[in-house]
Amino acid sequence: MGKGLIVSETVNEPHGEGAVDGEKRDFIFIATGAVAALGAASVAWPLVAQMGKAADTLAAGSIEIDLSAVEEGGQLKTLWRGKPVFVRHRTAEEIAQAENTDIANCPDPQTDAERLIPGPSGQVNPKYLVMIGVCTHFGCVPVGEAGDFDGWYCPCHGSHYDTSGRIRKGPAPKNMEIPPYEYLSDTVIKVG
Amino acid sequence: MAGHPSTYEPQYAATRWLDQRLPVIRMGADFMTFPSPRNLNYWWTFGGILSLCLVSQIITGIILAMHYVPHVDMAFDSVQRIRRDVPFGWLLQPMHAVGASMFFLAVYVHMFRGLYYGSYKAPRELLWILGCVIYLVMMATAFLGYTLPWGQMSFWGATVITGFFGAVPVVGESLQQWLLGGYSVDNATLNRFFALHYLLPFVIAGVVGLHIWALHHVGQNNPIGVTPKTKTDTLAFHPFYTVKDAFALCIFLLIFAYFIFYQPDALGHSDNYIPADPLKTPAHIVPEWYFLPFYAILRAVPDKLAGILLMFAAIVVLFVLPWLDTSKVRSMRFRPVARPFFFVFIFFCFILGWCGAGNPDDVAVPIGKGLTFKVLSQISTAYYFAYFLIILPILGMTEKAKERPVSITKSVLGDHAAAPAE
Ligand code: HEM
Ligand code: FES
Repeated sequence: MGKGLIVSETVNEPHGEGAVDGEKRDFIFIATGAVAALGAASVAWPLVAQMGKAADTLAAGSIEIDLSAVEEGGQLKTLWRGKPVFVRHRTAEEIAQAENTDIANCPDPQTDAERLIPGPSGQVNPKYLVMIGVCTHFGCVPVGEAGDFDGWYCPCHGSHYDTSGRIRKGPAPKNMEIPPYEYLSDTVIKVG
Repeated sequence: MAGHPSTYEPQYAATRWLDQRLPVIRMGADFMTFPSPRNLNYWWTFGGILSLCLVSQIITGIILAMHYVPHVDMAFDSVQRIRRDVPFGWLLQPMHAVGASMFFLAVYVHMFRGLYYGSYKAPRELLWILGCVIYLVMMATAFLGYTLPWGQMSFWGATVITGFFGAVPVVGESLQQWLLGGYSVDNATLNRFFALHYLLPFVIAGVVGLHIWALHHVGQNNPIGVTPKTKTDTLAFHPFYTVKDAFALCIFLLIFAYFIFYQPDALGHSDNYIPADPLKTPAHIVPEWYFLPFYAILRAVPDKLAGILLMFAAIVVLFVLPWLDTSKVRSMRFRPVARPFFFVFIFFCFILGWCGAGNPDDVAVPIGKGLTFKVLSQISTAYYFAYFLIILPILGMTEKAKERPVSITKSVLGDHAAAPAE
């Protein structure tokens, strides 16, 4: 005990005479702390980042869809990145409804043409609406040909989408998302 | 209470040897002789019941994990295999699934007890807050566990709840995908949910340790909320409360056993017997019953972010309750004005649960043009918050409390208290 005390006193004694240089000690203290914090952070980062998307998930790439397989008034559902993609072959009436909507009243204003991607001819084909069939509220899959706007209805908390997949009523904040896709030919698209 | 004198005397050389090095036996013995208020009623038996629930969940859970396969293609079938083929799986799987419900039943009684008898007031603020932490981690654990059987409700419940994080401004989507480990709920999600579901119960066990430590430091509250002052105000934990707890536990286990043996699926949703299908959402998603009130609060407001914030606020408000209730009187027995407000509060909690199960646009009460579940949940949500944020703070200042007994002994024995007790 006594010995330990003496040892610790000698260690605390400054070398040579004179008082402890407080400023120097503060500097060493802060510098050591900073290095330790940096070290801890660089170890913590991999622990956190491992939870992100893995390379194979990121690489899960693209799918091709043959639009001609979808009949008028029909809808194809397929999975892309674990999410449903809707391909809706709209009827003339549905197209008219989508185009003639006064978007000023929509929570997320977008014209129907803005929600379509031009084909090889440079023209959009309003017959085929391609979108991610995920409700922008909490991610349920809306049911087709339902709701107050004859488009989609989300059963989870009651969001109504129109025939362009735009949100019109209910808790969802945004229109259903349009995935990145391109026309490979007049009837085949590549999503992703 | 705080450092009640230890009366343990080691009897043998071996126990003396141990006592000088690691006094664990002494700790257990002191636990048994811990002075508890002599007037505790049956609402005080739920702490013991909860401890058993936790142990039961951990034991059955580890056993399930020996047979369960956390993979999207096999999880559903592996749970069915546990129920059909694994020896006693028919018993152990429902023990775990029903056990989660019983756990929540007990925790809700335990919490309402605390609310009624003012057990959150000084000096028990931290004890209460630790309890709120346990409740929060329990909710996370149950949510993660419910995902594991990979039925339709598992999948869509996980989708909706992780969607909450997507509502965070700016970083929401990245945060959500980081939690999921992909673009949507998938195998990566199931794997990590399993790992975390395994972990969190042990975190709960740790916090329970702190909770009990705090309890033994400040002492138990009691039905009249008057602090024990003399020796006659308390009784040793054993045998008085070990017996009382054991009796209550038996009744609780009887109810538990009824569900396990006769109604193992009554508390779950039948849609969870349909394997998860990412292309099809069930017509009517509902969470497990113990989350329904919060689900109703979430849906009470039409705005996504506001709904989530309100739902989290409903729990946060419990954490700050010790500073919201300004009354010095603990027990509602002596608060003639607050007491009826408390019962209305409980009533609205049940109404919220009912609303959470209903379809927002359906008519709940056919009065006038018809009161929809949505409107009803708005009213109930308003009361829920008003109770904590307006009623309790104001009543604490204006209410005139009834006269309280001078001591626990006096309240139990009345005028006989003068006679020497024991
Ligand atoms: C706080 C304690 C716990 C709670 C509240 C809890 C809750 C749940 C719930 C609600 C389920 C879904 C059951 C169903 O609907 O079929 C579940 C499943 C499961 N839990 Fe737990 N659990 C707890 C502790 C544990 C522990 C410690 C383990 C150990 C690894 C575990 C392993 C499992 C497994 C493997 C499943 C999937 C099998 C099944 O669905 O029955 N649990 N848990
Ligand atoms: S997830 Fe579609 S309305 Fe909530």
